Amino acid sequence: MAHFEKAKSLNEWLDQRLAINTLNRVLAKEYWIPKDINFLWAMGMVLAITFGILLVSGIFLLMYYQPNVDLAFDSVNFTIMQEVGYGWLWRHVHAVAASVVFLIIYIHMFTGIYYGSYKKGRELIWISGMLLFVAFSAEAFSGYMLPWGQMSYWAGMVITNLFSMGSLELNGIVEWIRGDYVPAQAFLDRFFMLHVLLIPVAILALIGVHFGALRLPHVNNQNGEEIDFAVEAEKYKAGNKAASKVIAFANDFMSKDLFVVAVFLVFFFYLVFWNYGFAMDPVNFDPADGLVTPAHIYPEWYFLWSYEILRPFSKDIGLVAFAFAQVIFFLLPFLDRSPNAVPANRRGLFSIWFWAMLVDLIVLTAMGKLPPEGIYSTIGLVAALVFIALWIILPIITKLEKKL
Amino acid sequence: MKEFIILAVVTFFSLLTYWLVEPFAHSQMHAHVESEGFAYADLPALTKEGNATRGADTFMAGGCIGCHNVQALGMETGMSAKDAASAYGVNPPDLSNAGAIYDAKFLADLIKNPAHATIVEHKFNDMRMHPMPAFYGAGGDDIDQEIADIVAYMQSIAVQAEEVTPTMAFENACGRCHAVRYTNWTQLGEMPNFKYKKDDLRFQADVLDYQDAVKAYMGKLPPDLSMYIRSRNEHFISTFIENPQSQLHGTAMPRTGVTAHSAEKVIEYMRMAGDPLVEERNETGKNVMIYMIFFVLFAYLWKRQIWKDLH
Amino acid sequence: MGKAFGAVAGVGAVGALYAMKKSWDPLPSVKAAGFTTVDMSVCTPNKLIVEKWRGKPIFILKKTAEMVAAQNEEQTARDVIVGGEHFLIAVGLCTHLGCIPAYRENEHGFLCACHGGEFDASGIDTKAPPPSPLVIPPFKITGTTVVLGEAGPEYSKMKESGITA
Repeated sequence: MAHFEKAKSLNEWLDQRLAINTLNRVLAKEYWIPKDINFLWAMGMVLAITFGILLVSGIFLLMYYQPNVDLAFDSVNFTIMQEVGYGWLWRHVHAVAASVVFLIIYIHMFTGIYYGSYKKGRELIWISGMLLFVAFSAEAFSGYMLPWGQMSYWAGMVITNLFSMGSLELNGIVEWIRGDYVPAQAFLDRFFMLHVLLIPVAILALIGVHFGALRLPHVNNQNGEEIDFAVEAEKYKAGNKAASKVIAFANDFMSKDLFVVAVFLVFFFYLVFWNYGFAMDPVNFDPADGLVTPAHIYPEWYFLWSYEILRPFSKDIGLVAFAFAQVIFFLLPFLDRSPNAVPANRRGLFSIWFWAMLVDLIVLTAMGKLPPEGIYSTIGLVAALVFIALWIILPIITKLEKKL
Repeated sequence: MKEFIILAVVTFFSLLTYWLVEPFAHSQMHAHVESEGFAYADLPALTKEGNATRGADTFMAGGCIGCHNVQALGMETGMSAKDAASAYGVNPPDLSNAGAIYDAKFLADLIKNPAHATIVEHKFNDMRMHPMPAFYGAGGDDIDQEIADIVAYMQSIAVQAEEVTPTMAFENACGRCHAVRYTNWTQLGEMPNFKYKKDDLRFQADVLDYQDAVKAYMGKLPPDLSMYIRSRNEHFISTFIENPQSQLHGTAMPRTGVTAHSAEKVIEYMRMAGDPLVEERNETGKNVMIYMIFFVLFAYLWKRQIWKDLH
Repeated sequence: MGKAFGAVAGVGAVGALYAMKKSWDPLPSVKAAGFTTVDMSVCTPNKLIVEKWRGKPIFILKKTAEMVAAQNEEQTARDVIVGGEHFLIAVGLCTHLGCIPAYRENEHGFLCACHGGEFDASGIDTKAPPPSPLVIPPFKITGTTVVLGEAGPEYSKMKESGITA
């Protein structure tokens, strides 16, 4: 047993036992962030706060939600939306946050791509981030099942059918995933479990890894400058804050983060109260009916681009293209052969690649929602081919890139 | 400055994506139907001035009360709603307030040719007659005059047009085919609160019998409308009520012929059922926004204070 | 400034807590279902009827003429008189720890199996551990029926004299 002095204050008492002062120093006061950053560096905090909002609103929904195919729809649309005090608020907040979180994730991702923040020791930040993206996708999809409306049911039907692996016709797997021939009680129960327990736990663990992966390589900066963090930290600690190229996580970086979060929340609450239709699809306010498919069926907006990569091809090729789209972003740190961790605008061809990828994803997103007819099918097919082509040429153009 | 340019770029791409997947995509998916303001322009204009006193006699002579109740005047057919539905396909509406709920031009055309006024001529022919027989006149020389008189009579016994309530309009025009479980409405009326389960089951069995009759008549059971205010938008509902064929060609749903005022009341009823807390939402939203102004302001002041030393 | 911002955030947290508190309130449908109508004319003397009201068992016992005659003033004060007949109406949960006592017709009294507490036919505790008589729920007499959950004048009078709880 270690020797303990009698503590003179609560702070000291806690410090002896939990090392809170060390924690505070390592995680906040002397966790160095580059000063040369812009508001895009706050997206991590925005995501953390949005995840917190999802967690809290989810807790209140969980208290009244009934995971039963006969009761689920009414427990959401009547009990929660009409009877529970402010139940409608939790639901709107939960639905809108679930949708907006993907907008922020995409901004966060494209920030990383633009500034090359996945290179030179930052590979694991990127990969853990992509794992978070997958976990959030699974969380969003499983949550979408729970109101048991028409979109829930048919999304459940279509997505689980993907696991038959096209011409392999592995229908046994599909039935195993559903626990039934069609999405029914067993399916709803297990996706409920995934949504409220397993995936959230996985997300929390991944967030830990993501934060941990940041620690040693440090956060990137706006100009791709190599910073000697030890030297700059000494300047800061010596009181020469203005000349130092680094700032402390708390309160320097955090004060800026929270201001960005505040502005984000204004936008967020505007959507919650007055413009929620994009996150709460009207079709899902029709109860699930296994005998009627809605006239137009499409995933939520954040899945549209990968859905569109699946759609224009024949069954098997579509599935391969879809699988390609799911994994290819993981490989970005290795497909980008250039050593330059600088903003895309200084990287020649990569700059064009970046904007082409962004526009292509937006085109795919738009086409994914439009009915697959006439010109829209053609545009969708071209955009899907462009997507694949862009990834094929990425190693080539980055290999050709001059070292800066 | 640089941050504002970045913000502009982010905002531009976000809004572009939003516009493409929401307003634009939906405009491509759903044909836009323009409202005609419940003018029922396709129906012939009323040419005769109706006389309510004469209409009372024609109303009796025409045999309306053989099938329709007029509870306000104590006239009952003696047939239960369930039996009426198994006889006619659907329980014929009570006519107490029909003169206020439905458009006069529509009523006149309905009396003369029910399938025409309700635009369900595709469903009926010489082999399959509309359950409401057409009115061929009550012996007078001028059938249009007689019909005008009946309409005038129905208007005279009804409440004033502006007194039509959401419940009144919905129950008469929609509620004989559509249930609304969130307001406890069944096709047989409000679901009573039974003490004993067997009474409850008996009532529900009656509802199922009634629904079977409607199903046979309509081809499928008309949907429960509890959440229609959220699953369809208001414009859709309004134009659908005005003319079901315009949104869903070939549908078995008859045009109900409600007045513009009654249609508003029907939508109000549907809001009551599916989205009754709009007011609370707007009020809470306003308060949250006022709070957020302070939140942003103080967050900014704090940031500025801290960053003063960093620049 | 940091403290001021913290205070503003605190106000927001209080607002959120208010909404959370409201979310835990009993639902309107629960409150609306808090009324039970009982037809007293079907009761047989000295036979206990148990009704359910707000999830709790309600004892309804029609007293025989002899039982009424043998009662003291304190016991009679707790009787609910409907159509000239004397009834016990009480929440059937022992005031000790909430078990349901059983009625013994021969003894004209209740025995709680959990800890041996006893009550007489008027619900007054006659043997420890229960510290107080059975609770009389709010009731309203209309003709030969009684509505539980609504406070009629007879109930209000009992409540004022402090014998209901």
